[in-house]
Amino acid sequence: MSTEIDAQEAQGMGPGANVRTDGTRRSYLIGLGYAVILTLASFWASSSDLIYSPGIPILLGVLAIAQMGVHLVFFLHISSAPDQTNNVLALAFGIFVVGLLVFGSMIIMAHLNHNMMPMDRLMQMQR
Amino acid sequence: MSATEEALSSADVVPLSLRGPAPTRVVAGYGFWLFLLSDIIIFAALFAAYAVLCGETAGGPTAADLFDKKHVLIETACLLASSVTCGFGSLAVQGGDRNSTYFWMAITFVLGVSFLSLEVSEFSHMLSIGAGPSRSAFLSAFFTLVGTHGLHVTLGLCWLIVMLLQVATLGFQPMVSRRFFCFGLFWHALDIVWIGVFTIVYLGAHL
Repeated sequence: MSTEIDAQEAQGMGPGANVRTDGTRRSYLIGLGYAVILTLASFWASSSDLIYSPGIPILLGVLAIAQMGVHLVFFLHISSAPDQTNNVLALAFGIFVVGLLVFGSMIIMAHLNHNMMPMDRLMQMQR
Repeated sequence: MSATEEALSSADVVPLSLRGPAPTRVVAGYGFWLFLLSDIIIFAALFAAYAVLCGETAGGPTAADLFDKKHVLIETACLLASSVTCGFGSLAVQGGDRNSTYFWMAITFVLGVSFLSLEVSEFSHMLSIGAGPSRSAFLSAFFTLVGTHGLHVTLGLCWLIVMLLQVATLGFQPMVSRRFFCFGLFWHALDIVWIGVFTIVYLGAHL
């Protein structure tokens, strides 16, 4: 890399900014290993006879969340480093909104569904 | 102790509040991260719609009739492998290594295209047996959710071509490597969304 580019890159950077924390090839491979194991586990679990069947959705949820965590840490490099504080806070807010949206919608729609009059009764009343 | 080591240890001692403005790369990464989170919230809305509507088949084909697990496993493998090769490509961009950037990003592109072609073949098969988005509320929700993800992958591939052209014409300027960094974040985020898709849509169908 030429010195010109180094000078350009250094502009506006704080001390210690040249420290790359973006992981190495090894960390990507570790992430890949975890992700492959978790993916295969969830494909296996979805059609397994070994697991108590009402528990399978919960197991799939746990495996999916674990794999999302693996991707965040090993691929997106979310960490507890000082320059990541804002990213972590934004992520926490994002997870909050996603949870509100998904579970809120499901609860509201299930509730409305429960309270709705059966379709044939509704048809009778309209006559 | 060498000069760089001294700089490193002093960076640890200086408190964050006294270090001055954050590097452009950190600021750009934060802004792009906010965009990605808002994109994930769009997907959350589509997931909520799918979760509510997945039973409303209107007498048409159900999720268990339509989805083939092996097909999805291959799609997942393509996307996961492309995520890792994209990571290797980002390392090559940081190292300023032009040839290995082209190599890893070309593999990423090919894996992305094979993911998309698998998805298109699945969609066209569904359309050919009369299970299009207009068949039932379940299928409308399915095509919206999975189609939006596929659209994101398509846009990501266009972006990747543009980035490779920029490397070819502009070289590894800080601006170009920042954009590559954002592309990497985008690509990895799409993989995270796909984890939700294959768990809820495809594996959930066979429970």
